[in-house]
Amino acid sequence: MWYLCVFYHRLLDYRKPEVESLAELFGAFDDEKKVQHLEWKLPEDHHPDSPFHFVNLPSEQVARDIANRSILVKGIYELWGEGPTFEELEAAIKDYPEERKLPFLAPHSTFKITVDSFGKVISFEEQTRRITSLAFIPFEGKVDLKNPDHKFWLMETDDYGTNNGLPPVVKRRYFFGREIGGADRKLLPTYQLKSRKYLGPTAMDAEMAFLMANQAMAKPGKLVYDPFVGTGSILVAAAHFGAITMGADIDIRVVRDGRGPDCNIWSNFKQYGLSSPVGLLRADNNLPPWRAGLKEMFDAIICDPPYGVRAGGRKSGGRKLLKGVVGPYTVSDHQRNDHIPSTAPYCLVECVHDLFDLAAKMLVMGGRLVFFYPVAREDEDTHNSSNSYPEHPCFELIATSEQILSSRYSRVLLTMVKMNPYTAEVEVAARLKHLDFRENHLKWLEDGNLHSAVFSPADASDGESKIGRELKPKYRGKYV
Amino acid sequence: MRLLTHNMLSCNVKGVTNGFPLIIQADKVLEKPAELNHDFLRNMFYKVDWKALVDAAKSMGYSELPESAEASMLESLDFLNRFHHALMELHLEEGALICPETGRKFPVDKGIPNMLLHEDEV
Repeated sequence: MWYLCVFYHRLLDYRKPEVESLAELFGAFDDEKKVQHLEWKLPEDHHPDSPFHFVNLPSEQVARDIANRSILVKGIYELWGEGPTFEELEAAIKDYPEERKLPFLAPHSTFKITVDSFGKVISFEEQTRRITSLAFIPFEGKVDLKNPDHKFWLMETDDYGTNNGLPPVVKRRYFFGREIGGADRKLLPTYQLKSRKYLGPTAMDAEMAFLMANQAMAKPGKLVYDPFVGTGSILVAAAHFGAITMGADIDIRVVRDGRGPDCNIWSNFKQYGLSSPVGLLRADNNLPPWRAGLKEMFDAIICDPPYGVRAGGRKSGGRKLLKGVVGPYTVSDHQRNDHIPSTAPYCLVECVHDLFDLAAKMLVMGGRLVFFYPVAREDEDTHNSSNSYPEHPCFELIATSEQILSSRYSRVLLTMVKMNPYTAEVEVAARLKHLDFRENHLKWLEDGNLHSAVFSPADASDGESKIGRELKPKYRGKYV
Repeated sequence: MRLLTHNMLSCNVKGVTNGFPLIIQADKVLEKPAELNHDFLRNMFYKVDWKALVDAAKSMGYSELPESAEASMLESLDFLNRFHHALMELHLEEGALICPETGRKFPVDKGIPNMLLHEDEV
């Protein structure tokens, strides 16, 4: 059945993937063996960036489950009528089958009507007038504004001018529907970073962490791993949805010490009454300490790899060591306990390679790999095609969601599903690649330096493209 | 560190062929209650190395696990409780993990094992 799905007007690229992941989580698709997508439609004259969409879902229960768990869905509604004018809306509502309407208008039920708009403000008097004009609907129940049995919404979009930063193609339209469910955004202020006791410079903001946990389909009984756990901000979101979490980080100060006895990664979970991670360890993603033969342990891997823009990645082995300037040196036994092994910069390509190898081996079949991948915006034309994202024979890419961070670069949340088992050939290829990275460390490091692309001063001859950039819309949509 | 983690780890020092299971040096063991999830346990049963888990539990002072286990035991609530206790509730707070082949010690400090290698080991 088709439902009206209204989104919050933010993170536009993340909206449909979230609904699709939750649809799979709540059993909307019958065949789990292959990747499936939902059917979507746009209201007449609406732009893809519009908050109003229609989505085909198998049942009202699935629609309610999706809406209640989502972060970006304002509400999912059973649409009773829509139209470009109020008269046409009225005609449409009257035409809607009685048997679908009457159960919700019954004498002993309570109800509430909310008037909402997108792109304009409706005064209180006007709202009351709109509600009164719905009197043609035979409501027999009583109004209850606090705790109604049924919630109805009258929503409208205005025809935009050209200047308010929104695509000027949407025409005025009215929607009337019965609410099935809506996001609980109250959990965002609860989890917002400024309330967090222990923070690092790259802690994932709460809203994004929840979106990542939804893409990973975190739920009770599932084991979720973050190889770059840091202060645990991503795992906190997964734990909120009941998942069992595990994390690793190369920096012992982050995972073990924190900023004191009650200000560390454990306290970040305790603060919200969540179960602590079942395991935290200090390990290098470049040389993971898993036993031979261990595979398919995790249901999802979620992470924000260090890609060298805000925080550089590190891996084992000193810089000089990898350059070959010094030979491997031995630390004497009495110094071993306090010895802090040197680390070398870890380039993005290698980091992603290691992540793929880990995920291919350690994820269950059908398990999800969800991670951020940086994109320099200069090559806008090329990165829109999906083949510029990293690929792996075990994984199928099912969603890409771009978040624009500056005029120079954005990050894309990639959601991949493990579709093929980790075979001997894949393992051999990965080992060869690993050796190549070790031998040509410097070359890879120079090739994959995103930091300079983002922070180096723009080329003076670049003036023309700069003007082009300024003409881009200020809002963070994708299609305009 | 719970024994679930212990069961996944091995010594990855260059040249070591048999770094599993790591021997536990238990200086301080804690018991932290954890919520029992049957589905999770049933899943993990097929993935853990049972012998390693039994030995690890013993070195932490818990010897209530059967020496060998098979899937049919998952029907028993008593078995699940013991399995859960060994896998998820025993904590190595302070101590070390020792490579069975080379004797290399990986310290466990505040419950977090340090698996990072030294320069001459990578």
